[in-house]
Amino acid sequence: MASTTSTTQLPVPPAAPVRTAAAPRPDVRRASRFRPNLLGGLGGWLWLGVIILPIYYVVITSLKNQAGFFASNPMLPPAEPTLDNYKLVLENDFVRYFTNSVVVTLGTVIPALFVSFMAAYAIVRGKGRFVNWTNNLFLLGLAIPLHATIIPIYWMITRAHLYDTLLALILPSIAFAIPVSVLILSNFMRDVPNELFESMRLDGCSDWAMLWRLALPMTKPAVITVGIYNALHVWNGFLFPLILTQSPGTRVLPLSLWTFQGEFSVNIPAVLASVVLATLPLLVLYVVARRQLISGLTAGFSK
Amino acid sequence: MAANSSVPRAVRDAGPSGWLAVPALVFFLVFAVVPLAGVVFLSFTSWDGLREIRLDGLGSWATVLTDPVTGNALLVTAKIMFFSFMVQAPVSLLLGVFTAGGQKYRAALAVLYFLPLLLSSAAVAIAFKALLDPNFGLGPGLQVPILIQDWLGNSDLVLFVVVFVIAWQFVPFHTLIYQGGVRQIPTSLYEAAEIDGAGRVRQFLNITLPQLKYTIITSSTLMVVGSLAYFDLIFVLTGGGPGYSTRLLPLHMYLTGFKANDMGAASALGVILIVIGLGLALLLQRLGGKNRNASQLEGA
Repeated sequence: MASTTSTTQLPVPPAAPVRTAAAPRPDVRRASRFRPNLLGGLGGWLWLGVIILPIYYVVITSLKNQAGFFASNPMLPPAEPTLDNYKLVLENDFVRYFTNSVVVTLGTVIPALFVSFMAAYAIVRGKGRFVNWTNNLFLLGLAIPLHATIIPIYWMITRAHLYDTLLALILPSIAFAIPVSVLILSNFMRDVPNELFESMRLDGCSDWAMLWRLALPMTKPAVITVGIYNALHVWNGFLFPLILTQSPGTRVLPLSLWTFQGEFSVNIPAVLASVVLATLPLLVLYVVARRQLISGLTAGFSK
Repeated sequence: MAANSSVPRAVRDAGPSGWLAVPALVFFLVFAVVPLAGVVFLSFTSWDGLREIRLDGLGSWATVLTDPVTGNALLVTAKIMFFSFMVQAPVSLLLGVFTAGGQKYRAALAVLYFLPLLLSSAAVAIAFKALLDPNFGLGPGLQVPILIQDWLGNSDLVLFVVVFVIAWQFVPFHTLIYQGGVRQIPTSLYEAAEIDGAGRVRQFLNITLPQLKYTIITSSTLMVVGSLAYFDLIFVLTGGGPGYSTRLLPLHMYLTGFKANDMGAASALGVILIVIGLGLALLLQRLGGKNRNASQLEGA
């Protein structure tokens, strides 16, 4: 779900398929190469400070012991770095929360991609009122802050006896992921030449076969992009876990950070160690697959 | 397709049946459309979240509309929306142009700029809560007196702190959008401008900005409508306080429903949130000139 919930309300359809945001374009602003943009450079380094300072603080503090935290200068690295805080966090069921997050993320993203892909195919290739109506409904879903509906969702989940289960997080997350997924996937599918579909149909292929043997291979990058986009939002989602789960057995990572904060209270280094640990999986992903991750983050919004 | 295609008409026109869209539609109807209707229905009831739901006419609406906290929440929402737009829009535009440049050091900086995108809102809020602590945070660390403030406890300051933290978290996302937009501007435009002797500022104003029109609309819409969803960050960072000073509408809805156990009133607030969100999205589309959806929907 959108965590950021935040960035998930996407009222504006992307005008064109995603380009890889990080694609090298060596010669874009030729001018700057000859006359360095000092002001721009200065601003750039300044912003780096704004971004890095909090991250630096979190990392060094997570390596301090509690005495060191109270005694030393907060912005200086610890004299004797320790991993005790990480040990404490790991001993407090961190692995279980991590596993829950993985289950919820995969349990949401895979079905969401599956149904969205089929819907996108029907919308792009199909005709008729039903298909148009469905597409318009999804577009409307982009403009509505769906999180305003948490109270009926809470009611439905409790009535279905799903409260405090991982399925309670997965089901509404799938639904919330559908509008943006269908939109982006159908934008990409429109770029698949019609002739390919026609020739396959003449060969006697069914829609089901074309879906998987033609449409999927042709739009694979988009599927990956949309998958990453949804995965990030579900992974970092906070609101659904907050209202739909309760016990440690169903706790996911973002919620665990919040509860760690309550449990460890004054042990700030341990709280910050949990922040680092929770971010680590995405950081690894960022290091090994930065381009895919970045293009997934903007999922077709870059013009 | 071409009308004179040799393919038989029946074959050409045979699109897939709509059933392929049905699974997605069912999910969306059950977990988005039904709740949407449900929130309207519940706003006319009285419910504490546990016992029976009772019809209550306009009772919840009366509660919500006469409660001064609601007005305050709307005001806080508007303020946060306005200030975070005023901060984020120019910063992300400039950073987008900056990182779209080809220089190696800019590419390296960009790698670091995007780090906040990896953190969940809860993580960002917890990090800043520690960093802004007047005793063990940034202020005493850098020994700069003006930075030693009770940032989150001072109701005059806290709104701007929240705006700053929101910007820290979301500027990278919008920077990415602008970077993508700038990279699609044809290089030839800049080459022509250079031959004409246009300086960097003029190139920015006369080429970059107009060419980014749709990117600006996209990013701005996401910023404005997205700010109606700032919930988790503020919930963890301030909990809406001190007092009601950062209790914006989504947070007010959550606290009314799940802390004060007044689901009817919370649903009424949810309806208000939906109306505002929808209104803003439509308004921004209008302001953006031609409805680009039209071309998107062609052939649908």
